[in-house]
Amino acid sequence: MKLEELANQSSEWMRGQGPESDIVMSSRIRLARNLSEFPFIRKCTPKDRIDIAASVHRALDSLPLSADSEYVDVAKLGDLDRQFLMERQLISHELSESQGARAVILDPNERFSIMVNEEDHLRLQVMQSGLDLEAAWQRMDQLDNQLESKLTYSFNKRLGYLTACPTNVGTGLRVSVMLHLPALVATKQIEKVFRALNKINVAVRGLFGEGSQFMGDFYQISNQTTLGKNELALVAKVREVVPRLINYERKAREFLVSENRQDLHDNVSRALGILCTAKKISSEETMHYLSKVRMGVNLGLIADVKIPTVNKLFIHTQPAHLQKLCGHKLSVTDRNIERANYLQLHLTKRPESEIN
Amino acid sequence: MKCQHCEKPATFHITELTEPNGPSVLHLCEEHARTFLSNEGTATPASALSSMLAKQLKIEKEAEEIATVDKKTCPICGITFADFRKGGRLGCAYDYVAFEEGLEPLLVNIHGALQHMGKVPTNQTGSPERQHRLMQLKVEMKEAIEKEDYETASRLRDKISAVESGDESSWSEETVEDLDDDFQSDPPIA
Repeated sequence: MKLEELANQSSEWMRGQGPESDIVMSSRIRLARNLSEFPFIRKCTPKDRIDIAASVHRALDSLPLSADSEYVDVAKLGDLDRQFLMERQLISHELSESQGARAVILDPNERFSIMVNEEDHLRLQVMQSGLDLEAAWQRMDQLDNQLESKLTYSFNKRLGYLTACPTNVGTGLRVSVMLHLPALVATKQIEKVFRALNKINVAVRGLFGEGSQFMGDFYQISNQTTLGKNELALVAKVREVVPRLINYERKAREFLVSENRQDLHDNVSRALGILCTAKKISSEETMHYLSKVRMGVNLGLIADVKIPTVNKLFIHTQPAHLQKLCGHKLSVTDRNIERANYLQLHLTKRPESEIN
Repeated sequence: MKCQHCEKPATFHITELTEPNGPSVLHLCEEHARTFLSNEGTATPASALSSMLAKQLKIEKEAEEIATVDKKTCPICGITFADFRKGGRLGCAYDYVAFEEGLEPLLVNIHGALQHMGKVPTNQTGSPERQHRLMQLKVEMKEAIEKEDYETASRLRDKISAVESGDESSWSEETVEDLDDDFQSDPPIA
C-alpha cells in the first residue's frame, strides 16, 4: 500500500455516512497499552524503542489482521508523509515529531491504526463514520484481544492497564465523537455548551486534537476519566451527551432559518461563491467557508454540492494532501493557488460528471 | 512569582506579624521557607507565639512530607516522584507501586476513583509487582554467583524461570519455598 493510494480515497471518518452524519462526522475509540517487559517511553533507550517496535511487528505478523494491514516505519518517513498521515488523523503530532524508532500499523480502509512508541508503547485507534460508538468499541475490543494474545501488557488488578500518564490509567480508553456545530458557533452558544460539558467531565477539543483551534466548526467531545468505570459505561457516558448536542445544533439551525432564511441563504451561497472563484486561498479560509457550505447543503439551501465531496475537501485542501495530490512540494503561495484550483475543479463540477 | 532568595518559584507566602515595623509579607520557595521557619521558631519572643508556632510547625511538617514523597525513587526505572511531577510522565509501570502515596491523591483528583472496573487481560503476567520480583531474584542470583554459592544460585534460577513462565504459585506461596530452604540448609549427602 502506497501513501499516494490513501490520498485518493476518503478516510472512513470523513465518509460522511452512518447515523446522524449531517452533524456527527465520526466516532473514534482509542486504547493506551504498554508492554510489561519495557520501561515507559521516557525511560526507553534507543534499543528499547527498536525492541518494542520489533516485538509488536512480530506479534502482528502472526495475527490474521496482518493480512490486510500495513506496518509503516515512521522514523523513515519524510516530513511531508508524516504530515500527510497526521492530516488524516492516522498518527498524532507526538508520534510524527518524536525521535527514535516508532511506527504505525495502518488498515487500508483506515478503519483502525496502531501507533507504536507514542506516549505509550501502543496506541490503538478505531474510526467509524457517523455516530456508532458501540460498533467502534466492539471492533476495538477484538483488535485489543488479538494483540493481547501475543503481547504481555502492563496491568495490575487495582489500577488496570498502566499508562505513562496517570490521566489514562485504568481502561486506557478515550471515546470521542467529532461533531460539526456551525449553527451553535454562529448563534454564539458554543461557549455555554463547553462549560456545561466540562461540568460533567466531558472534554471538548478542536478538529486536530489537543491545543488546536477549532477549525471549520468541528469539535471533538470525549471522556475525561478512564479509571473506576468499565469501558461500556465510559462509552455510554459520551454516547448519552451526543443526542443533546445534536438537538442543540438542530435547534440553532432552525433558529437561523426562521430568523432570516434569506440572510442565511445569502451567507452560505456567498461562501460557495468564494470557494468556486477564488484564485488564492489559505487553509483556514477554506475551512471557514467549507463549514458554511456544509451547513447549507444539509439545510437544503445549496443543491449542487454533495456532502461526501465537502467532507473530502476538508482533508484534501490541507497542506500535505495538496502536495501529495499534485505530486511535489509546494511553497505556501503555490499551495494557496493550487488549493483554489482544486476547490474550483471539485465544486463547480456538475452533478452528472460526479456520477460518471 | 519567584522566591525572594533564589530563582525557584515561591510556593510559600508568609505574613510576618512580629516584625518591629508592622506586618510584612514574605514570598519563599519550599527550601527557603523551611529555613526561615526553623530559624523563626527559636528567634521569636516566646510570648507572641503559641498559636503561630503551632501553625508554622504544621506548614513545616507538610513541606517535609512533600519533600519526602518527592525524594522517593523507583527501584526499577530510577526516576524520583519529583521527576514525574516535573515531566508529567512516569518512567515505568512499577512507579504506580513505588509512588503509591504520591499518586493516590492525584488519581482521586483526576478520576474520582482508585479501582479499575474495566476489562481484564487473559494474560495477567504483566504486573509491575511481578517485574519487580523478577528483578529482585536476578539481583539475588548475581550475588549468590559472586559468593560462589551455586546451590542458591541454581535454586534462584529455577524460581526466576518459574516466575517468567507465568507460574505464579511458585513465587507467591512463600511457605513452600521456605520449607525448601529449610530442607536444603541441611548439608547435602556426598
